[in-house]
Amino acid sequence: MGETRIVTKRLRDHPDDSWTLERYLATGGYQSLSKALQMAPAEIREEQVKASGLRGRGGAGFPAATKWSFLGDDVDQPRYLACNADEGEPSTFKDHMLIEGDPHQLVEGIVIAARSIQTRNAFIYIRGEFALGADRLDQAVREAYEQGWLGTNIKGSGMDLDVVVHRGAGAYIAGDETGLLSSLEGERAMPRVKPPFPAAEGLYACPTVVNNVETLSTLPAIIDKGGEWYGSLGVGKSTGTRVFSVSGHVERPGNYEVELGMTFRELIYDLAGGISGGRDLKFFIPGGASSPWLMPSHLDVPLDMDVVQNDYKSMLGSGAIMVYDETVDPLLVAWRLVKFFAHESCGKCTPCREGSGWLEKILYRMSHGQGRAEDMDLLLDVSDNIVPGLNAPFAQTTICALGPSIVSPIVSLERFFRDEIVERFGRPEVRAGEEPPAVPSGPTVPVSFPAGAGS
Amino acid sequence: MAFTAPNRARAREIVERYPFKRSAVLPLLHLAQDQDGWVTPEAMEEVGELVGISAAQVLGVCSFYTMFKREQVGGLVVSVCTNVTCLVRGGPELYEALRARYASDDDVFVEEVECLAACDTAPVMQVNYDYHSRMTPETAEAVIEEYKSGKRTRRGISGGRITIAGSDR
Ligand SMILES: Cc1cc2nc3c(=O)[nH]c(=O)nc-3n(C[C@H](O)[C@H](O)[C@H](O)COP(=O)(O)O)c2cc1C
Ligand code: FES
Repeated sequence: MGETRIVTKRLRDHPDDSWTLERYLATGGYQSLSKALQMAPAEIREEQVKASGLRGRGGAGFPAATKWSFLGDDVDQPRYLACNADEGEPSTFKDHMLIEGDPHQLVEGIVIAARSIQTRNAFIYIRGEFALGADRLDQAVREAYEQGWLGTNIKGSGMDLDVVVHRGAGAYIAGDETGLLSSLEGERAMPRVKPPFPAAEGLYACPTVVNNVETLSTLPAIIDKGGEWYGSLGVGKSTGTRVFSVSGHVERPGNYEVELGMTFRELIYDLAGGISGGRDLKFFIPGGASSPWLMPSHLDVPLDMDVVQNDYKSMLGSGAIMVYDETVDPLLVAWRLVKFFAHESCGKCTPCREGSGWLEKILYRMSHGQGRAEDMDLLLDVSDNIVPGLNAPFAQTTICALGPSIVSPIVSLERFFRDEIVERFGRPEVRAGEEPPAVPSGPTVPVSFPAGAGS
Repeated sequence: MAFTAPNRARAREIVERYPFKRSAVLPLLHLAQDQDGWVTPEAMEEVGELVGISAAQVLGVCSFYTMFKREQVGGLVVSVCTNVTCLVRGGPELYEALRARYASDDDVFVEEVECLAACDTAPVMQVNYDYHSRMTPETAEAVIEEYKSGKRTRRGISGGRITIAGSDR
C-alpha cells in the first residue's frame, strides 16, 4: 500500500508553486466553496461532514460535525471560528507543510466551515516561529479577499466572512484550544477550566469552534467528492486519510498521507524506508510526544485511532511517529520529553508545574550516569500525583491535557524498560527492619498492562 | 524606542482588525520587536496605551512567550532545536558548537529551542525564524556568516519581513 494523497495532493504534484493562487485556481481551487455556497449550513454539516466521519486531526480525534453542532442555532449572538495552526507537539510537522504548501486550501476550508457554523469572523492562530508560513497565509488571505472569496457578500451568496492571521509568540500551551483562546484575547496562554466548553463560551465568551489545520484543509475535498466518498476510506470510525509525520531513525523521514487502517509496519518500513543503517527498531512513539510508546511487537497494529487507544493504551494523537533504533537510550528520550513539558507547563496547576520539574530532575540524573536504584519508583510516585492510578485512559488532576502528557514517557519506561533500568541501577536497597520492596515484579504504584501490549 | 510614524499607523491598523483591542497585544509586540530588535519598556508602555491596558499587564503577557526578548540580543537570533528527533540527529552537538563559536559575538544570540516542526530535516536551525535544515556545525556557521555579511537577507528579530515595505509584520 502506498500513499493516498488528498490534502497533500497539490503540494506533492506541484512542489514549485503549490501555494500560489494561479496554481490553486488551475487545480480546481475554490470550486468546492462555490458548491458549498449553494448548500444550507446544516446540509454541509449533516450531509457532508457528518457523513464523511471526519475527526479532528489536532490530537483528540473529536468528530468535527458533532463539535460544530454544539454551537446551536442562536445566530444572533456573535460566534467565532479559530483555526489551530500552532503546531508545537514535538515531532509533528504536518500542519507546517500544509500551511506553507497549500495555504489556499486551508483558507477555502475555513470559509466552508464558517458557512456551516454561521460565523462572520475567523482567526488563524499560527505558531509564531512559522515566519514563512505566516507570509504565505497572509498572501493567500489577501488574494482570497481580492477574488471575492472573503469579505462581504461572498460571490453574491449573502455570506460575510473576515479572516485574521494571528501570530503566536512561542508557547506550546497556546496549542491547547482554551490556551489558544486566552492567547488570542491578548493574555498569557493559560488554559481555562472546562466546562464551559468553547462551543458554549469560547473567544470573548462567545460560542467558538476550534479546529486543526489538517481538519479544515480536508473540507474542500469532502465537499468536492462528497462526504460519503470520504467516509468510505479508512477503517472503522477512523475514516479517510491522515498525514503522518515520520521522523527519527528511518531512511526516509517525512510526511506521508495514508488511508487509515494501514499498519505501523507499512508506514515505517515500506513508506519511510525502515530503520536507517539496517539497525533494529528499539521503540517508537506513535502519536506525538504526549502519547505512550509502542514496541517492535506492535508494528502490525493498524493506524486506527480507536484500536490504538483502546487496545494498546496509546493514541494516534497528532500523527507524529518517532522511530528510535537500538542505539538509543530510552531514558534520554524520556528525559528530553519531560524537559519539554516542564519548560512548556504554563504553571497554572500545581501537579503539572511542580511535578514536571521534579520528574525532569530525576530523569536527568538517570540519563546522565547518576541514576539511583530507587529512581524508577520515585518517578512513578511523583507521576501518580499528576495521574492518580497511572492507568489508561489517564485520569487528570490538571485543567488541560499537558499534565497527563508528562506521565506518558514514564509509564512507557515502566511498561517496557523496567528490567533494563533495574539492571542498570540495581535494586533499591533494603533497609534494616523494612520489607524488601517488590521490585521488579511490582512497582509501588500499579500500572495496568493492556492485554498483548508486553513486548 | 517608541513606534516610528509608519509603524504607529500600522499598529493602529492592527488594533482595528480585532473585535476587542486587547487581542492586538501579540502582533503589536512583534511589530515593536521587529522595529527595535527587542521589546523595550517604552514599547510596552505604548502597546498598553494602544490597547487600553497598563504597561505592567503588557509585561505580564510579554514575559510568557519565548519569542519576545526583553533585553538586547543583537541582530541575529539563532534557534537550535534539541527536542526528541533532533536529539538523536545531532541537535545538542550543533547547539553546543554554535554557542561556543558565538559566545563573544554580541550580534549573534544562540538559543536552544523546542521542536520546530521540521523534524524530517533534523537537525534544524532557524535564523530570525528562517529555516535551515540538516545542519552541521560547519554548514551552520557558514549560513550565519552569510547573514552577517549581508549575503542573505534577514528577517526582523520577530520574524517579520522588515525589508519589505507595506508588510505589517
Ligand atoms: C498541551 C496541548 C497542546 C496542543 N497543541 C495543539 C496544536 O499544536 N495543534 C492542534 O491542532 N491541536 C493541539 N491541541 C489540541 C487542541 O486542544 C484541540 O483539541 C484541537 O485544536 C481541536 O481541533 P480538531 O478537533 O480539529 O483536532 C493541543 C492540546 C493540548 C492539551
Ligand atoms: S525535534 Fe527538532 S525540529 Fe522537531
